[in-house]
Amino acid sequence: MPARGNGRWLGGGLLLAAGLVAPYVVYPVFAMKVLCFALFACAFNLLLGYTGLLSFGHAAFLGSAGYVTAYTVKSLGFSPGLGLLAGTACAAVLGLVIGWLAIRRSGIYFAMITLGLAQVIYFLSLQLEFTGGEDGIQGVPRGVLFGVLPLDNPLVMYHFVLAVFLFGFWVVYRAIHSPFGQVLKAIRENEPRAVSLGYDVHRYKLLAFVLSATLAGLAGGTKSLVFQLASLTDVHWHTSGEVVLMTLLGGLGTEFGPVVGALLVVTLNNYLAGFGSWVTVITGAIFVVCVLAFRRGIVGEILAFARSRSAPKDP
Amino acid sequence: MAEEIVLETRGLTKDFKGFVAVDGVDLAVRRGTVHALIGPNGAGKTTVFNLLTRFLAPTAGRIFFKGVDITSSRPAVVARQGLVRSFQISAVFLHLTVLENVRVALQRPLGTSFQFWRPERVLDVLNDRAMEILETVDLAGFASHAAVELPYGRKRALEFATTLALDPEVLLLDEPTSGMGHEDVARVTALIRKAAADRTVLMVEHNLGVVANLSDTITVLQRGKVLAEGTYDEVSRDPRVLEAYVGNADA
Repeated sequence: MPARGNGRWLGGGLLLAAGLVAPYVVYPVFAMKVLCFALFACAFNLLLGYTGLLSFGHAAFLGSAGYVTAYTVKSLGFSPGLGLLAGTACAAVLGLVIGWLAIRRSGIYFAMITLGLAQVIYFLSLQLEFTGGEDGIQGVPRGVLFGVLPLDNPLVMYHFVLAVFLFGFWVVYRAIHSPFGQVLKAIRENEPRAVSLGYDVHRYKLLAFVLSATLAGLAGGTKSLVFQLASLTDVHWHTSGEVVLMTLLGGLGTEFGPVVGALLVVTLNNYLAGFGSWVTVITGAIFVVCVLAFRRGIVGEILAFARSRSAPKDP
Repeated sequence: MAEEIVLETRGLTKDFKGFVAVDGVDLAVRRGTVHALIGPNGAGKTTVFNLLTRFLAPTAGRIFFKGVDITSSRPAVVARQGLVRSFQISAVFLHLTVLENVRVALQRPLGTSFQFWRPERVLDVLNDRAMEILETVDLAGFASHAAVELPYGRKRALEFATTLALDPEVLLLDEPTSGMGHEDVARVTALIRKAAADRTVLMVEHNLGVVANLSDTITVLQRGKVLAEGTYDEVSRDPRVLEAYVGNADA
């Protein structure tokens, strides 16, 4: 147990250090993109990794929060903090509605319901007036946070995004190591058994779903402030697929896995952009290799290796 | 025998699209007894079991628990009222530790189970009780192991411990000794006997030896219907029961 605790502090420390030096090493916008997707993937991991629910519609939460934040800030003159709150709240409400409908089914049916409802959100984003259709909402002003922090300064903006990410990461961490998290893991491991212990599993799944959607919304709202843009890409099902990829690559059901996965996928997308459409082929190939060679994901494999080294043989 | 009937079914029927698995079963389980449900393969034992715990909905008939009709209650509600089941396959939470497995059963009454903002430490108050329960099934030494590392017999013991942690009024055991070797069967039989000292047990069982030793009442099912009911001596001398079992063994 202490070895695991140390590893957690080590991993957390390394990531925090990387987060603090990142804007001086790489483009701040790139680093912020990684942080937004890392938060998105952590939110997704709460659902898939710790509750065992595969949502194939998480882009709906990322994207709709992005639209609401962008719209309220640009057209209604909200401050960035308030706009972010509005976007996140929108994702929470959407999560409640979609989750309430989807948790009635499990497995592939659950995934299909989330996908179907997310497609409805995509359609609405394309058709509604305020989203700007194909153009999206462009030129969103970053404004001044809490009346004092000028977010137009890249470094200030970066540290704000880092703070948002750390908050979101902490919420996920807290949730999976809480009394609630224990029940979630029990449901993931054996749902009928959890029922037989007297747990109304639907309620637990719904709360997990809403939490996950809310944090995905927080990531989406932040992302729209970073890029000063809300567009159809973020509500497209392709984004829902990408977050599955990030989570699996990094390590399903591990605390840091989604962060590593998001870093990897965003980096690949960015640096392989010169290859044009080959990017998808290359990330696809990497994905297949990863799933075949190390199914636990990068962080999952590292943890399994550390455990096999440190654990003495069973009595 | 004027003892109170704690669990009762009237005309319980389950029709799986034309195949009647359970056909008008009347069952009355008296408080404080060990009641066994036996019968050849396909007699409908497990279906009755799933109906009682509300994991399946009956086509017809009613179920009463402590005199209250629970025919349309949700399974989690039935469990909270004190009618708790075990499973035929060893149903443990594989990637939780042995201690956590039992603690999950203990934590619900604390009322903190929706609190995602509080640390796990708040559950540590349950550790002593969980360890006590693990002692009773000889698993205390494995407390910090993941359940997946336990051998089969130990997993069954852990499942039993988790079920007992709820302190159910009525314990429903689905083939508690299935797939076990001799020593494990003896161990589980002893555990059931201990658990039955202050509660009611209804068990579905294949192993007649286990049933003979433990049960006060035996109900024999065949093709979804009650064939005979009584003590082991009565039932084991019943020619229809012998025919049902021997006939089945010949086939």
